[in-house]
Amino acid sequence: MKLKDIVSCLDAEALVVSSDGAPEKEFRFAFATDLMSDALAMIQDSPEDTLLISGLANVQTLRTAEMLDIDTIVFVRGKKLSDEILEMGRDSGLNLYATKCTMYEACGRLYAEGLSEIDE
Amino acid sequence: MSNSILHKEYTVIRFDYARAGKVSSDIKKTLSTIGIPSAVLRNISVASYESEINMIIHAYGGTITMDVFDDGRIQLIFKDDGPGIPDLEKAMTPGYSTASEEARNMGFGAGMGLPNIKRVSDEFDIKTSEEGTTLTLGFVVG
Repeated sequence: MKLKDIVSCLDAEALVVSSDGAPEKEFRFAFATDLMSDALAMIQDSPEDTLLISGLANVQTLRTAEMLDIDTIVFVRGKKLSDEILEMGRDSGLNLYATKCTMYEACGRLYAEGLSEIDE
Repeated sequence: MSNSILHKEYTVIRFDYARAGKVSSDIKKTLSTIGIPSAVLRNISVASYESEINMIIHAYGGTITMDVFDDGRIQLIFKDDGPGIPDLEKAMTPGYSTASEEARNMGFGAGMGLPNIKRVSDEFDIKTSEEGTTLTLGFVVG
């Protein structure tokens, strides 16, 4: 699923877009969690094609993405990101989006469109 | 006998949540410049980040050292000044956690740290007493 279609599906707002080509990027998997330890433990393969969905709007979510080679995060439940987090996102080359959807609804919408869970 | 061809040392301060992950970020950037394959680099990064977070959450502070050896092995040592892990067997059990509310608010304290560090490391050694804990991790490139 293309990032631009994910954004449209979730009525998401672009907060940081680090490359011009980002909206055309294809994602195969999504993983949703507020627990960064779970993301670090579970996402083992194809992180480059995996979208991270989280309600945890802090620096550690960006660090986790950086460590895993994940480049795109969607923040759910209308969370606001501080200027510090936005700046760090730009410095780290991440794409950051925000949606008003709850995590459950965001996952449901993307799953219905065919975005898969990660391989275990 | 292998020799270290790249050595770095960092200081970690207790409860320094604002800087949590900066050391691991620097380790990842440093290793990426010498061409470590991305899958190995990701394992190193995950192990380093979880270990760094553990030091900030649980320890009185300490040091992290990174060495790249000429035989292709990479070693990370996390050495803290205490208070030690009271029950190491429990700490190695997935889901067991003694983390504070503040740590949980950061997204940690799920009880997955040490088991996950062990999973992604080729070599894992931990020694703990009241004087401190030393975690030594080894990674084989290639």
